[in-house]
Amino acid sequence: MSDERVTPDAAPPPHPSPWNGEGGGSAQANAEETPFYRIVADFAASRIALVGLVIFAVILAAALFAPLLSPQNPYDLAQLDVMDSRLAPGAQSADGKFTFWLGTDDQGRDMLSAIFYGLRISIGVGVASTLCALAIGTTLGLLAAFFGGRVDSLIMRVADIQLSFPAILIALILLAVLGQGVDKIIVALVAVQWAYYARTVRGSALVERRKEYMDAAACLALPTRRIVFRHLLPNCLPPLIVVATVQVAAAITLEATLSFLGLGLPITEPSLGLLISNGFTYLLSGKYWISFFPGIALLVTIVSINLVGDQLRDVLNPRLQR
Amino acid sequence: MNGAQPPLLELRGVSKRFVKSLDAAARIANLFGANARDEVVHAVDGVDLAIRQGEVVGLVGESGCGKSTLGRLAVGLYTPSEGRRFWRGEDVATLAPAARRRAQLAIQMIFQDPYASLNPRMRVQDIVGEAPVVHGLVGKSAQREYVASLLERVGLDASLMRRFPHQFSGGQRARIGIARALAVRPEFLVCDEAVAALDVSIQAQVLNLFIRLREELGLTYLFISHDLGVVQHLSDRVVIMYLGRVVETAPTEALYEQPNHPYTQALLAEVPRIDARHRRFAAIEGEIPSPLAPPPGCHFHPRCLHAMPRCKIERPTLREIAPGRLSACHLNDGNDRNDPPPVAAAPDTEVANEA
Amino acid sequence: MTEATLRVDNLRTHFFTRHGVVKAVDGVGFEVHAGRVLGLVGESGSGKSVTGFSILGLVDPPGRIVAGSILLQGRDLRTLAPAEWRTIRGNRIAMIFQDPMMTLNPVLRIDTQMIEAVRAHDPVSVQTARARARDALGRVGIPSPDERLAAYPHQFSGGMRQRVAIAIALLNKPDLIIADEPTTALDVTIQAQILAEAQKLCRESGTALIWITHDLAVIAGLADEVCVMYAGRIVERGTVDEVLDAPMHPYTRGLLESVPSRNRRGVPLAQIPGMTPSLVNLPPGCAFRERCSRATETCLTDPPLYFLDGRHVRCFHPIHVEDEAEASK
Repeated sequence: MSDERVTPDAAPPPHPSPWNGEGGGSAQANAEETPFYRIVADFAASRIALVGLVIFAVILAAALFAPLLSPQNPYDLAQLDVMDSRLAPGAQSADGKFTFWLGTDDQGRDMLSAIFYGLRISIGVGVASTLCALAIGTTLGLLAAFFGGRVDSLIMRVADIQLSFPAILIALILLAVLGQGVDKIIVALVAVQWAYYARTVRGSALVERRKEYMDAAACLALPTRRIVFRHLLPNCLPPLIVVATVQVAAAITLEATLSFLGLGLPITEPSLGLLISNGFTYLLSGKYWISFFPGIALLVTIVSINLVGDQLRDVLNPRLQR
Repeated sequence: MNGAQPPLLELRGVSKRFVKSLDAAARIANLFGANARDEVVHAVDGVDLAIRQGEVVGLVGESGCGKSTLGRLAVGLYTPSEGRRFWRGEDVATLAPAARRRAQLAIQMIFQDPYASLNPRMRVQDIVGEAPVVHGLVGKSAQREYVASLLERVGLDASLMRRFPHQFSGGQRARIGIARALAVRPEFLVCDEAVAALDVSIQAQVLNLFIRLREELGLTYLFISHDLGVVQHLSDRVVIMYLGRVVETAPTEALYEQPNHPYTQALLAEVPRIDARHRRFAAIEGEIPSPLAPPPGCHFHPRCLHAMPRCKIERPTLREIAPGRLSACHLNDGNDRNDPPPVAAAPDTEVANEA
Repeated sequence: MTEATLRVDNLRTHFFTRHGVVKAVDGVGFEVHAGRVLGLVGESGSGKSVTGFSILGLVDPPGRIVAGSILLQGRDLRTLAPAEWRTIRGNRIAMIFQDPMMTLNPVLRIDTQMIEAVRAHDPVSVQTARARARDALGRVGIPSPDERLAAYPHQFSGGMRQRVAIAIALLNKPDLIIADEPTTALDVTIQAQILAEAQKLCRESGTALIWITHDLAVIAGLADEVCVMYAGRIVERGTVDEVLDAPMHPYTRGLLESVPSRNRRGVPLAQIPGMTPSLVNLPPGCAFRERCSRATETCLTDPPLYFLDGRHVRCFHPIHVEDEAEASK
């Protein structure tokens, strides 16, 4: 026999978790332990994830309150002064009113403000497209798992075809057809992402479908719609939450890529990608800050979201539960 | 059957087959001459079962015997591949939707796994109280009280109804499952290994609860279990299954004292008992065959000590060997065995035909 | 009296979790001699499985053995270094788990796994190891062992897999086998076969066997001595006949009486009220106090393990034969 390390949790019954086994006192000991509370408690056990969460909260606040936080509105032409262009970080504005902490770009826009506004667009587009894709993909995936047979085959084949194309390619084609605009880029991102959710939810729905509480609901002659959305869906959420969190980061990245390539968002509503693109020509001529700082902002955003998503994945993993 | 009352639940000639059809690759291979076939599992094979009101029928067998499938056929979770299901004498398939729903609610199931049979994301109040409200048995405002009375009836503290299943122990969850079934006012309960996953001391409590509910509410039970001791204690009548077929059925005492079918005899002989110390376990040989490829003729013949050539070819029919006792064995057709059958063979049997 | 193969004294294994200290095993001691079977009986939460794992040193953080000695033929297993453990596990002590897939690797063939198990402890040639593997399979009653050696675990049924697991346990002729509920998930007829094998092997090879289970009936047929565990402690210990015929601890008595075959048909079973206490929040004194009809004020202090009538019982008010006359009035 190999030196197999076995934790008692692997041996049935799950041993000494106070929540399981014949622990009669446990029902009183954990008075208000909703599943949500447990998730939060488990999540907070990891310092790195908490750091990620805090950073993302700060970024989110910066994005939401951009108009209040920004020293300057970079898209108000009246506030710009071409004399301020391409100034290094820390320089003073021509009229001496305020400091450009992160420098200016070639139009004289304060980089710090541009980043705040850019975060707004980036995160807004990322979150909005994720939520739409989540709604559409989840519904389709649940229907596929619940009804099986032809419905399942049809939906999954479409999802498979969709997933076999590179995301960028689909997005490029769609944007070439649809043109520019925030709504159009959201449509493109949704079209690219819905299949992940459908697959994910179908996987866990197929597992949950076999469990006895679903049989019990059928025994009780509950209407199908109720069973799917009130019984099945809540139990398929954990992997969905993880995928959605990480996909927000992916959506932001994809949008940044598309903007960098010059598609999707108009100049008047630049996201971080566009800012990076603008400054690209200056990277090697010494005025690094025009691309660099938006790049850092993008990096930090994505990393913080991924840290949160990683910990959520561990916390919500049913195997590590109990 | 006594009186003009039809049995409460009846399954006639019921079979259930699970087919795993060939995928595209196998079908293409078949075009080239491969002989792949669909995999068919005959989980239940031509079973007749009639349960009268107020009876407790125990259904016993080992893995692959089809008892769980039969239980689900009885409740209506599966539709039979063949055969019909009757509720109070009426074929359920022919009922109008409203009547069918009433029939569905009247037959409820208690599940085996106390962890998987409760929705982990719902509070106990909703688990128990959802169905009666949805079906209009109880008003929404009265739900809380109704659930409280049900929880008390099954021996749980009603103040815990806002909690989630993971906050309860296995025995408590079993009780919640029972409360959920009782909430829709059933007349018939199918208990599918309902106490198998519980500790012995909790098992005793839950079994006592079943006995009490039977008296208080006049329930009828189909009690599925692999545990012969539990079945003996609870049931009026016992049905033994092997590989999808019923091999014997008899009133409990008669079955345990004088089992007729060789499989029943082996089963009863091999059960460990507290009174049997330092036993020399001498088990019957052989594995339980896979339901995918059951032996021809009598399914039990490869493991049977009394097997005859006839047993390999001909499936024995389930016939009455005494009032209320049925058994499916060719040995009952004659009197050639080591121990004589407990009752004389019925007058219309043929003489056994062996070498 | 020959030295015991295994002697456990005052074993304590605690789990230090976020919610408190779970005293899974709290002061367990027993002996097993060569060729004898010891039954370790208890319900879930009693600590019987954790005891088995502790003996083999398989308890992972947040759990830890905090006290006690585990003597395998006089050698204290708690003092072993990891390298020394490798010579003990699978060699001198073997374990059989409830789920045979905890022993068997699903992606390796049976012969690969068994040959590896042999050669890990004995540097013989592959052919010799294979021959030993075939013998072991034959001894546990697996037909056509050569074919079976070439198969993968998923091609076996549950009963067969468990037999293969037992064969692996026997390969190196261990002095002690710990079996943790190996037949709980198996059918009655298959269970009977496994029990027959286990019994035969024990007698023939003089291996000591610890059989952990919740099923008193299995212990009745198989074991020579029995320890009854409750909430991490041994509450009664003695020979099988003594304990099952005349149980002294109220818990043992309650367990025996709640078995359906001991009760008349149709009549409610004698039941033990309440539930096992949470191991995080054990009540003070005797852990069984809240469920016991014989409990008094004295039971608020921890009862020690008394030696009474030739066996051990952890109770201030054990049931004596004279009490029987009282109780039945």
